[in-house]
Amino acid sequence: MRSIQFREALREAMQEEMRRDETVFLMGEEVAEYDGAYKVSQGMLAEFGDKRVIDTPIAELGFAGIGVGAAMNGLRPVIEFMTFNFSLVAIDQVINSAAKMMSMSGGQFTVPIVFRGPTASAGMLSSQHSQAFDNWYANTPGLKVIVPSNPYDAKGLLKSAIRDNDPVIFMESEQMYGEKGEVPEEEYLIPIGKADVKRVGTDVTLVSFGKIIKTCFAAAEELEKEGISCEIIDLRTIRPIDYDTVLDSVRKTNRLVIVEEAWPLGSIATEVTFKVQKDAFDYLDAPILRVTSADVPLPYAPTLIEAALPNANKVIAAVKQVMYK
Amino acid sequence: MAKARFSKEQYLKWYEEMLLWRRFEEKAGQLYIQQRIRGFCHLYIGQEAVVAGATSVIRHDDNMISAYRDHVHPIAKGVHPNAIMAELMAKITGCSKGKGGSMHMFSAEHRFFGGHGIVGGQIPLGAGIAFADKYNGSDRVTLCYMGDGAVRQGALHEAFNMAMLWKLPVIFIIENNNYAMGTSVERTTNVLELHKIGLSYEMPSKAVNGMSVEDVHDATEWAVNHARGGNGPVLLEVKTYRFRGHSMSDPGKYRTKEEVEEYKKQDPIEQVLNTLKKNKWINDAEIDAIDEKIKAIVEESVRFAEESPYPDASELYKDVYVQDDYPYIIE
Ligand SMILES: Cc1ncc(C[n+]2csc(CCOP(=O)(O)OP(=O)(O)O)c2C)c(N)n1
Ligand SMILES: [Mg+2]
Repeated sequence: MRSIQFREALREAMQEEMRRDETVFLMGEEVAEYDGAYKVSQGMLAEFGDKRVIDTPIAELGFAGIGVGAAMNGLRPVIEFMTFNFSLVAIDQVINSAAKMMSMSGGQFTVPIVFRGPTASAGMLSSQHSQAFDNWYANTPGLKVIVPSNPYDAKGLLKSAIRDNDPVIFMESEQMYGEKGEVPEEEYLIPIGKADVKRVGTDVTLVSFGKIIKTCFAAAEELEKEGISCEIIDLRTIRPIDYDTVLDSVRKTNRLVIVEEAWPLGSIATEVTFKVQKDAFDYLDAPILRVTSADVPLPYAPTLIEAALPNANKVIAAVKQVMYK
Repeated sequence: MAKARFSKEQYLKWYEEMLLWRRFEEKAGQLYIQQRIRGFCHLYIGQEAVVAGATSVIRHDDNMISAYRDHVHPIAKGVHPNAIMAELMAKITGCSKGKGGSMHMFSAEHRFFGGHGIVGGQIPLGAGIAFADKYNGSDRVTLCYMGDGAVRQGALHEAFNMAMLWKLPVIFIIENNNYAMGTSVERTTNVLELHKIGLSYEMPSKAVNGMSVEDVHDATEWAVNHARGGNGPVLLEVKTYRFRGHSMSDPGKYRTKEEVEEYKKQDPIEQVLNTLKKNKWINDAEIDAIDEKIKAIVEESVRFAEESPYPDASELYKDVYVQDDYPYIIE
């Protein structure tokens, strides 16, 4: 199968959906003439023209709201945030408008919109540019939240997100855009809300999603050498969460470590832990552990980043702890 | 020959400080390419007069706040270049202890309220700093810098309105270098004269040639007198140009080489040097001596930064809360 970059997979998803449906358009900062701050939308202005690939001023609150209004009136916007750090300027329209519209209008107005862009840390960018708000958005009823970890999933899920009739938050990573993965030429869709068992194992379940899942693969390889077999579940969608896939795995391995880049309090890890202790309490042979970012804003210095972010060594330590090794 | 508008001493000061900033930024650019400075790195090259013409007006105890293109503003405010270079290299001796990096220079001592990374985020903060001075009966003023792109944020309008309503002693300074990343002002608005935005709040507003340090000085003097006199905020649109890309990773395809060359002919440092030369206030030996002096300062800043340590991992749980026994979640 051919291998393409993460950014190309995203681009193909948008291109295919825009060819298929006239009402889909892309809007955001530097998406058109600059070909995308991270080159995700490269060539799209040339193909679709400036009616459908639209550069905005640095006015997130305004263009997020314009997207929601357009969606209420029959269009299917894809709104790009240069990063989700800047979505905070727009979050009122995402939470108070997009997520609430259908409910408060008694079902009369729906908002088929996708807000997409990179999330979480991306090198030494300090605290305002390194935040994972994945769990913030996932906390909000009315939204669906997707955080893919490879080009194949990204393409199939973004296509589903654009076709979905509800507002979808789609979170990527600057650090994944250049990564390659196998993506078939033929069209495919991946359903929203389905986790994927990315590695089969017997001793411990690792649950993760997005870029940081890489630390699980690295840890699993190391642990394999020591005879510890890890099963890795990629949630892929964090609202809704596919609890069944997690529960099935935990009932088999009896141990669970959750790896997430957000801060610990009120994280997806917290949520999954609650659900597993409630529905699989008797299957657990050890307390559930999590590896998250440190409970602090992410500073600039490499020494502090190393200390703050999840990494393979931290995952290995957590796995050994639940294995009592 | 027309008489020079300012004294020899003033021109010499402008020349020396702007040249230092230029050389400092050139060095930062080199270090970035060598990956000794990481993250994002936005250079100030070309825009020096915007700050030089303002710091020649304000008092030491006046306040300043800016965005992420912020290596030069704090130096102009009195922060030692060593502390800026160390911050760029993520060292504990940096002005933000290596925690902020290129975009987040701070110095409480020098009343530099920071470099801010979310476009426009500093605009209401600048009004708030001025609010506190007015509240306390202080006659300080605040210089609040922003880019032309930041003008597009809603926060600007809310802050402008309240700053006028409450007559806050803040001078809003748009550093209009005509581009927000790859987007020119023309592509974001049909109000091309950005100072006119102030007029919708009846804020005294003016356009200024930002390649002329003299013009910036005069406009800032007018603005500071107005604000310090208790008359409320002022908006200056300072028209300038960045000679380099938006950040170190910007290929700059959105503008022509000719355009950049055209602006380089108006180099604010060259203009000051020409004035000094024309008036015979400087000779070649003196020019060389200044070059040497500046080179030494820049090299010293690099040596200082190189020899300083990174923050220890124990710094991670410091400087987040004032409460020193805050119970962090640590697993
Ligand atoms: C709210 C927000 N949106 C987007 C960005 C990404 N971004 C960083 S700088 C920049 C351009 C800003 O241009 P301008 O205000 O003109 O300042 P200049 O870089 O020219 O100094 C953009 C879009 C950001 N940091 N914050
Ligand atoms: Mg600009």
